[in-house]
Amino acid sequence: MKKTCASLALVMVLAACGSETEKTETVTILTHDSFGITEEQIAVFEEETGYELITIAPGDGGVLVNQLILNKDNPQADGVYGLDTFIVGTVLEEDLLDPYTSGNLPDSATDLVVDESLTPIDQGEVCINVDTAWFEENGIAEPETLEDLREPQYAELLALIDPVSSSPGFAFLAATVAEYGDDWEEYWTDLFAGGARIASGWSDAYYADFSGADGNGPYPLVLSYSSSPAAAPDTDYLPSTCVRQVEYAGVVSNAANPEGAQAFIDFMLTEDVQASIPNTMYMYPVDDSVALPEEWQESASLSGDPIIVDPGTIDRGGWLEAFTELR
Amino acid sequence: MRLWKSAWSAAIIIPAAFLAIFFLYPTATMLWRGIWDGGLDLGGVGNVLAESRTWKVVWQTVLQAALGTAGAILLGVPSAYILYRVRFPFQKVARAAATIPFVLPTVVVGVAFRALLGRGGPLEFLGLDQTVTAVVIALTYFNYAVVVRTVGTMWQTLDPRSAQAARTLGASPSRAFLTVTLPQLAPAIASAGAIVFLFCSTSYGLVRTLGSPGYGTLETEIWRETTAMLDTRTAAVLSILQVVIVILTLIVSEKLSSRTAGRLNLRSHHVSPIGKSDAPAAVFTGLVLVVLITSPIISLVARSLTVDGEWSLKNYRLLATSGQGFSGGSSVLEAIGNSLRIGLVATLISLAIGVPLALVLSRQVRGPLRTGQSFLSGAILLPLGVSAVTVGFGFSIALDSPPLDLRNSPLLIPIAQAVVALPLVVRSLTPTLSSIAPGRREAAATLGASPWRVLATIDGPFLVRGIGVAIGFAYATSLGEFGATSFLARPDTQTLPVMIVRLLGRPGGDNYGMAMAGAVILAILAAGIMAAAEAARKDPQ
Repeated sequence: MKKTCASLALVMVLAACGSETEKTETVTILTHDSFGITEEQIAVFEEETGYELITIAPGDGGVLVNQLILNKDNPQADGVYGLDTFIVGTVLEEDLLDPYTSGNLPDSATDLVVDESLTPIDQGEVCINVDTAWFEENGIAEPETLEDLREPQYAELLALIDPVSSSPGFAFLAATVAEYGDDWEEYWTDLFAGGARIASGWSDAYYADFSGADGNGPYPLVLSYSSSPAAAPDTDYLPSTCVRQVEYAGVVSNAANPEGAQAFIDFMLTEDVQASIPNTMYMYPVDDSVALPEEWQESASLSGDPIIVDPGTIDRGGWLEAFTELR
Repeated sequence: MRLWKSAWSAAIIIPAAFLAIFFLYPTATMLWRGIWDGGLDLGGVGNVLAESRTWKVVWQTVLQAALGTAGAILLGVPSAYILYRVRFPFQKVARAAATIPFVLPTVVVGVAFRALLGRGGPLEFLGLDQTVTAVVIALTYFNYAVVVRTVGTMWQTLDPRSAQAARTLGASPSRAFLTVTLPQLAPAIASAGAIVFLFCSTSYGLVRTLGSPGYGTLETEIWRETTAMLDTRTAAVLSILQVVIVILTLIVSEKLSSRTAGRLNLRSHHVSPIGKSDAPAAVFTGLVLVVLITSPIISLVARSLTVDGEWSLKNYRLLATSGQGFSGGSSVLEAIGNSLRIGLVATLISLAIGVPLALVLSRQVRGPLRTGQSFLSGAILLPLGVSAVTVGFGFSIALDSPPLDLRNSPLLIPIAQAVVALPLVVRSLTPTLSSIAPGRREAAATLGASPWRVLATIDGPFLVRGIGVAIGFAYATSLGEFGATSFLARPDTQTLPVMIVRLLGRPGGDNYGMAMAGAVILAILAAGIMAAAEAARKDPQ
């Protein structure tokens, strides 16, 4: 009998991880798979709030949104972090988050707010990166604008990323729609006709295709981030090709521990976490009073004049369908 | 006797329940969501089926998988002979080398192939970059080991005397092979072929990394619909098409193996020293191993040992850190520890479920029991043919309330990996077990042996021989598993393949170098476990 009780208890413990009894002690946050804070930061959060932090990172923004939709009635997580400008439209449509405004929101982030249920945590820019050494050696002038890239002499040097399978790829697609309106399909037709390559993911484009960074690939122009040049000497980004991407956090509707999720959002906006974001996640803090690392200040500060896409104008399904037909 | 009967029932019920709870139920829940919207929504299903694009995708999937399977069988069967039926120095090393591709994460294989075939690569002149051919070669590369292992272990147990008899009666070596040996191998080839076909038809990483030849495959379309288009309905319909393909594959495989599978009088293990007549197969195998199997690995190893164009161990030294811009996650060393630990649990689960199942499936039964047996034998292959994204989302919506709220449980990943490894465990055991002539068991029983004793003395030795390979497969599959694991990943249980892929997705040369070093270590671990599991097995007397 004792044995039976013991094994029953074990089964219950295994089965009940994260349910009833622990609800008040743990906070579960769904994050994208690039999420990172340090062990020390986790310890600080747990000590200050008394919650044990559990993070789950099942994939990119699209996976997160689907997870939220599918678990709407019985959510797995209390909070979510890592929804970007290009996916939040769906989140708002489906009514997946509860309103929350953090008292820690810095002034510099107020114009990044698109809805009261989304707190901006960090930001970045998706830009065309250039292998400056290659252009110097070959005596060709670097392109400057999106319009330049359309010319065959540059299009054939350009490695892009599939908007269907990658978020920077979609950000760039959205930028071209913002710039060219209804003529965006023609723009892409010109890119393809000129010989632009489409890789399946960021790493594929940056490491296998790009001639900068590792120096192995054949394409001296690549779609990447404004922060990438900080880690790759002899590369730069083209400021007028940048599109702004903001990453948001929110409290999940019907969450078991909404206070915990709020505490997590507050924590992500503290000075210490904001200052560590460039090193841990390769993004920029939303708090502009926090200093960037030195090498970022030299070669990878935000462009300052990016293409801004309004989340409300994004027609994800329609654009991707049309894009698929172009190839 | 009563104990024997209840043990036998448990051997059926427990695996069936395991599959039902951890595979069929989550998958079915996910598919049901796709076609049920307050009522059965057959209109939506019809719309997807009416699109010509859907059928192009189906065709692309089947074509690529069929070519990949054909490639793996054509290269794998001669290699199975050389690596298992004859004896030569350094054979174990060659066997281990043949296994490595299977355990590399698909993304790493994709990157290695692009480095060879892409613009600027040493094989660029072939013009294969971003073609169906490149995908097929990579699929062949990846699945070669499945054919070699499954067919090789079977081949060792074939009694050579029937082929020798044919030769004595004047048959040429090729005729003796085609008319005597090949039919005897057919069950193993059909079994391996079915597994390879299913692997190929659900391959995601390879297809995506190696470019986009025409339309995508069902697997890439399911990912696209779920994660980019946020259209789980279309994804569900495509998943159902995948299931239909799995079932057709199983029917074909079953037909092929049962048509030819006479019960063979298996004796213990037959190997002969390598001879002159083995030369063509030996040269062929050597070429496959050197050209196809090792060259991408060599380029991978070379890349892991290079920093800024110079030889260096720096990438390996960095493995104790979590990398640049990655300070939140565990270090690669910790990920290795996680992988080994999770893999051990997954292997134990898949053996606990798989061994009884293999014994049940290999017994000769008649009537309705026979139907039940084929059904079960097919059902365990389903996990190979259903999209990881469907299963992953299924886990999170189906196993979400007590008593089965496993969503945040540390057991979730080992269970998911065990589900994926189970088909390989069972399929690597059954061909050998089921070819034991039933007469031997009956004879033993007639002579007064209890069922337990029959099991121990007749099945036992064959089981022992197969189990090393089964353990190796299970552990290696678990170590290399990416799809389901990444979907369920938590930072404290990050495995090596997930870590490698995430490092690949981070800027900075150090991260890339660490990913390459991690991939090399993953390959060494998996090949080492395979080799050790095989060396530890005892051959029956």
